[in-house]
Amino acid sequence: MAEELLKLQNIYKNFGNVKVLKDVNIKINKGEVVALIGDNGAGKSTLIKVITGVHSPNSGRVFFKEQEVQIKSVAQSRKMGIEAVYQERALCDQQELYRNIFAGREITNSFGFLDIKKQRKEAEKILRDYIGFTSKAITVDSQVMGLSGGEKQGVAFGRSLYFNSDLIVLDEPTMGLSIQETEKVLNFVKGLKNENKSAIFIDHNIIHVYGAADRFIILDRGEVVGEFNKEDISREELVQKMIQLHESGKIKVEE
Amino acid sequence: MNNLLNSYFVKTHKLEISITIIAVVLFLIYFLGAPHVFTRFPIYRAFMQSMPFFGIIAISATFVVTLGEIDLSFPSIVGITSLIFGIIMTSTDGNFFIAFILATSLGMFAGLVNGLLVTKIGIPSIVATIGTLFFWRGLVNVISQGSGIAIVDVADGTWHHMIFVEKLFGKIPMQFIWFIVLTGLMQWVYRYHKFGNHIHFVGDNKASAQMMGINVDNVKIIAFVQLGFFSALAGIFTMYEMLYFWPTQGEGLMLTTLAAVFVGGTSVFGGKGTIFGTFIGVLIIGSLESGIVALGLSGFYVKFINGLMITVAVTVYALIQRRKN
Repeated sequence: MAEELLKLQNIYKNFGNVKVLKDVNIKINKGEVVALIGDNGAGKSTLIKVITGVHSPNSGRVFFKEQEVQIKSVAQSRKMGIEAVYQERALCDQQELYRNIFAGREITNSFGFLDIKKQRKEAEKILRDYIGFTSKAITVDSQVMGLSGGEKQGVAFGRSLYFNSDLIVLDEPTMGLSIQETEKVLNFVKGLKNENKSAIFIDHNIIHVYGAADRFIILDRGEVVGEFNKEDISREELVQKMIQLHESGKIKVEE
Repeated sequence: MNNLLNSYFVKTHKLEISITIIAVVLFLIYFLGAPHVFTRFPIYRAFMQSMPFFGIIAISATFVVTLGEIDLSFPSIVGITSLIFGIIMTSTDGNFFIAFILATSLGMFAGLVNGLLVTKIGIPSIVATIGTLFFWRGLVNVISQGSGIAIVDVADGTWHHMIFVEKLFGKIPMQFIWFIVLTGLMQWVYRYHKFGNHIHFVGDNKASAQMMGINVDNVKIIAFVQLGFFSALAGIFTMYEMLYFWPTQGEGLMLTTLAAVFVGGTSVFGGKGTIFGTFIGVLIIGSLESGIVALGLSGFYVKFINGLMITVAVTVYALIQRRKN
């Protein structure tokens, strides 16, 4: 039996009168890559924001490493070992790379002043070792503004690796990337498994999802409507399921 | 020359360098146009005496502007905190500590109110602080009933009067020394403290900052609170200089203070700014009136040239910004 890393139980989340998540139950094991799929507005982004502490659920229970937890803030989820790489990329354009990498968890002295030297040195290491930036045009002092989409994504990945997290949350990691960059990102996701790290990711492209994930969870209008292991379903069948869901609003699960 | 222009320092400090050049050119104009005034010390003493009153607030307001927010209420915070300072000084026979602590606490409270209105209630800062601008000034009028308070009997000749506004070596006004020290300190916080770092990220992109684990609301609230504190401090400096409280105290600070921040190069869009630039902005805005009059132009030109400087400066910075994007 695989070791359980994260479990969500009966999660509900409303924004005003809108019920975005309705009784969601999911589980992620250690060393497992789980893909969340579903249409726009299915609640995928909200669900991962509950996991990373951006939103608090209205009700439901969360277990991490078999301990019940309440994730109240991003800082807390990071401390527990959950790291997010967001769709909106979570980098600030006008700030330097070394400041972006450590934003929200700066290396400081006891008075709260930044250790700029150390931040720059560590950022340098991240650029070189984790991301493999070789371009001379990008340094730790570069503003994020000048980076391509793939480079930004690379920085976000590098950051998550550096902080040695157990669960990496990826929100549309391949959106807007070139084919080559997409390949890199997917290899990164596959590489996580070798380090016994887990990942949960959202992607619209089922072809990407199929290659990289071990398990698929299908969300529709805030509910989990289907869950499949890769060995039980072929890519074509998965695509069929999605089309079926799209057309009828229902999924047929044949046991 | 080419090497110099491409150096790292120049590349990363374009704004600071441009604003410094503008200030140097402006002072050259004064110097050449009115040598009889600008080759003598008294004009500089007058500058050093008057600039810190709005300069201290401008430095502090740079934090709020970098957030992409604005505070229009500080002139009234200066008013209400000065009033309280005056009342307590006169009623306790000059107990500086109690007066100082209560006045600055009230300033921070006023800042807290602004911060809560903006973050927790969600009112845009320009609207929220127009409300508190009227509120605090109204309260000043109600409490003071339109009359002033003289603190000359309890403040003149005291050690606190000495450290706030008397002249160092008989020449340099103490408030200017404080202004320089505070500017240095705030520059350090702005660039190298976690709080200053968070100010930049929140001003740059609120949503991203939040996802990076920065508590956006707290950062904003603290920014408004520190501006409340420094507004109170500026009010206390003014009180010591004038030895008098008057009910309109602080009115008229708004435009010069915000002008200094914007002329200094802090982006109206948030996320980028410079304390050094604001300092130079204070030197420019604070010298215009005397400079223009000394040059032989009539006082009617002061507002006109002030307006021209501000408009041109923000236009140029907006264009620089647009080219970058």
